Amino acid sequence: MDRIRQKVEAGRALDGGEALYLLQQADLLALGKLADAVRRRKHPLGRVTFVVDRNVNYTNVCQSECRFCAFYRRADARDAYLLDYETIFAKVQELREHGGTQLLMQGGLHPELRIDWFEELFRQLKSRFPDVQVHSLSPAEVIHIAKLSGLSMPECLRRLKASGLDSVPGGGAEVLVDTVRSEISPNKIGWRDWASVMEEAHSLGMRTTATMMFGSKERPEDIVEHLLRIREIQAATGGFTAFIPWTFQPGGTELGGETAGGVEYLRVLALSRVVLDNIDNIQASWVTQGDRIAQIALFFGANDLGGTMLEENVVAAAGCSFRLGREQIVELARGAGFIPARRTTGYDILQEY
Amino acid sequence: MSDFLDGVRKKIEEGMRLSDADALGLFECPELLEIGELAALANRRINGDRVFFNQNRHINYTNICVNRCTFCAFCREQGKDGAYSYALEEIFERASDAAASGATELHMVGGLHPDLPFDFYLQMLSGIRERHPQLHLKAFTAVEIDYFSRISHRSEEAVIEALMEAGLGSMPGGGAEIFDAEVRKQICPEKISGQRWLSIVEKAHRAGLKTNATMLFGHLEEPRHRVDHLRRLRELQDRTGGFQAFIPLAFQPDNTRVPGARGVGGVDALKTLAISRLYLDNFRHIKAYWVMLGLKVAQVALCFGVDDLDGTVVEEKIGHEAGADSPQMLGREQLLTLIRKAGRVPVERDTLYNELRAFP
Repeated sequence: MDRIRQKVEAGRALDGGEALYLLQQADLLALGKLADAVRRRKHPLGRVTFVVDRNVNYTNVCQSECRFCAFYRRADARDAYLLDYETIFAKVQELREHGGTQLLMQGGLHPELRIDWFEELFRQLKSRFPDVQVHSLSPAEVIHIAKLSGLSMPECLRRLKASGLDSVPGGGAEVLVDTVRSEISPNKIGWRDWASVMEEAHSLGMRTTATMMFGSKERPEDIVEHLLRIREIQAATGGFTAFIPWTFQPGGTELGGETAGGVEYLRVLALSRVVLDNIDNIQASWVTQGDRIAQIALFFGANDLGGTMLEENVVAAAGCSFRLGREQIVELARGAGFIPARRTTGYDILQEY
Repeated sequence: MSDFLDGVRKKIEEGMRLSDADALGLFECPELLEIGELAALANRRINGDRVFFNQNRHINYTNICVNRCTFCAFCREQGKDGAYSYALEEIFERASDAAASGATELHMVGGLHPDLPFDFYLQMLSGIRERHPQLHLKAFTAVEIDYFSRISHRSEEAVIEALMEAGLGSMPGGGAEIFDAEVRKQICPEKISGQRWLSIVEKAHRAGLKTNATMLFGHLEEPRHRVDHLRRLRELQDRTGGFQAFIPLAFQPDNTRVPGARGVGGVDALKTLAISRLYLDNFRHIKAYWVMLGLKVAQVALCFGVDDLDGTVVEEKIGHEAGADSPQMLGREQLLTLIRKAGRVPVERDTLYNELRAFP
């Protein structure tokens, strides 16, 4: 532990063995203090940031049928849906009225939506709402759209960007180890495909985030591997703005079982902060952890509370429905002794509270 | 680390008592993890790696209450929508369910019912004892003892004695809220004073009953009121030794009528538990009541000086009426997992903290 502490203080990257030790054996508070020291070094002003955003899930029809997901439907299901443009515009209009700056639009892998549907949508969104950042799709969707449209992935991404896609959220990473993926999401892209979309996006000048969904079938070694792979991509591209670990929500899913506890969440969060020394921001996931753990997370390495999420459907489908308004997020940060600040998707500060 | 925290650390390491100023300073100190480490150290010295739980069932036999505490979302006026009282037979049925499911304790508290005679409560206890002599009956707070004394025109000592004869095994720690008179006036004007609560609990201790102690926090009180509350408990414990566990209860604001009450953030919840562990050096156990904290925070609290997670509960009504989003009950397996994943050893206990079974 002393050796690890010295390395962290000197700003040197930890290796896999050290990361595994921290995850499995370190005292929770000792690990928390390491993460807190890194967070203080990277964010010396004591700011805790958030973005005003909305999740719009344009369809729940998905050919991936991941076993950890309670949101997807088959195309012929009674409650399968696809939002039309007008419905999406109305939702974004509402987001604007709430002062929102970020549209996080994601959906299932729909069997019929080709690139022209997205290009037209993004073009119209940009002309109607020029100051809303389109932070949308995910690597699995990009590859799916490319395939359906007979395009290479880089060409697909380039066209999406040209039509208005500003940045890509880091969803669908789950655990970036293919043995885990084949168990929890056998039809989804492998870890290397996920990475290649992110690398391509970064090379086009788009920033992205990275996530990890843990607490399902992975081993501690897989969590460490995931973090090292993210760190490696970041070392090459520098394109990740933030890392967001969150926990599998078992309600209504094929996998079922129990969700990870508060201790496990804080451990992984703190480990992420310590290992990912080349990523600026670590987000706490109040949507899966609730407001109390999210506040505690600010002492375990997190410096960002993600979005206000005017709308959220995917986690809610698994029976987990925490809601927080902007005032509550501000209070949450302030109550823990931090300076709340509203930011853009690119982490520019818009307003301090 | 600050000089202040250094001083506190030295006292804890040397087993010295914290002063009121120390406790107040800790409430104002932003170093959550440092405070947590100290509390974990203090707890480890008393309880080692063990985390206690029991298999219990709550029976809230009535929600009809002549007190109308503004912090409470559970009480109803008689005759109003949602008001209920269980008949003795209904209570006995729940007791049978509990016994059949392996519970060792019934936790029974309720409103101050305007019509039920004292005899009802005696029959409740003796009826359950006859049917299930193995169940420990933990029931009634000091507030109810005071009320029983008024409706039965007996002294508190006589009430306690009669209840014990009927089968009362120990008392929970509710009704303490915050002892400070000014705060009490705002959140529970009709409830007995803090001083009376303490004096009744002292009588219970002298009669040989163990009790717990609670503190309702996160409404209108300030840190100094919390410290005052802790000090009075520590003094009473010095005199009697009758307290088993201290249980800080996080106020749930939903459906209550406390203007300006803010509820309890995760950081405040952990700090309050940790400071309680540090200040109450004569209490053996600090309990995280998962019903009001939520399971995730309760688990994290095990790293902040807590050694007890209450029990399986079953059908809790009071916290849930106020918006607690925890489940209604917890299986033993879930409790074991929660404790083990925090790196600790679960120990099933009875109400009086005899160890029934360790799960290494």
